Amino acid sequence: MDDDKTFKALGDPTRRKLLDLLCEKNGQTLGELCGHLDMRRQSVTQHLGLLEDANLVSVVRRGRERLHFLNPVPLQMVYERWIRKFEQQRLALLHELKTELEGETDD
Amino acid sequence: MTKEKTTFVYVTFIRATPEKIFEAITRPEIAARYWGHENVSDWKVGSKWEHVRDNDERKVNIAGNVLEVDAPNRLVISWSDPSEYDLPEKHSRVTFDLVPYEDMVKLTVTHDELETGSGMAIGVTRGWPLVLSSLKSYLETDEPMDVFAQPCATESAA
Repeated sequence: MDDDKTFKALGDPTRRKLLDLLCEKNGQTLGELCGHLDMRRQSVTQHLGLLEDANLVSVVRRGRERLHFLNPVPLQMVYERWIRKFEQQRLALLHELKTELEGETDD
Repeated sequence: MTKEKTTFVYVTFIRATPEKIFEAITRPEIAARYWGHENVSDWKVGSKWEHVRDNDERKVNIAGNVLEVDAPNRLVISWSDPSEYDLPEKHSRVTFDLVPYEDMVKLTVTHDELETGSGMAIGVTRGWPLVLSSLKSYLETDEPMDVFAQPCATESAA
């Protein structure tokens, strides 16, 4: 399942940090990313590989450089599947409460 | 004076054929189903295309030119606010690349030449993930997402 890969990839602080770094500045090289992490280059490469597998990071070759881009599409799928419906129930409750307290009847 | 430009790359894997996905982008009646907009053009290189809201108002929200067509593998269009359509330097660029990938298609949408920090750049970073997950959902399950959904929706999602 795609979701499993997404959650697994997110289940690590270094990988979340890498996503944060790309969110701040999209399209970074491995070298740039390593500059923000106190970690061996090889480990960063491994983490990026897992993020790429989970389709959370996509790599674009530009000349001799490999640029890493944050791909939020799987996060959107997770949001749609796992967050929005709970959010809507909660908001519906709040809306009912507000209607009740304000004595509105038009809903 | 050149402003700093930014690029976004969005990738999604869709269980469908490249032809189906290409049609879903270029055929107005299909795009309306999952995008809430129709992409209207004759899809010839050099032609104009318009992103038209699929409701009674039919407002044109984005306009641009068709830059490259290689159906069903690749489509490149320029992208601008309709009020800036006549200013080519204000156009950003969107590339759709479709590559078969096992029983799926890897769809890569590259939006580049965007002015860093502009309203358009902020808007598209919110928009593309939603549109692409809606497209995937629509083609795989026939259930598009509500691309206009607001966090403040009060109906419970039945």
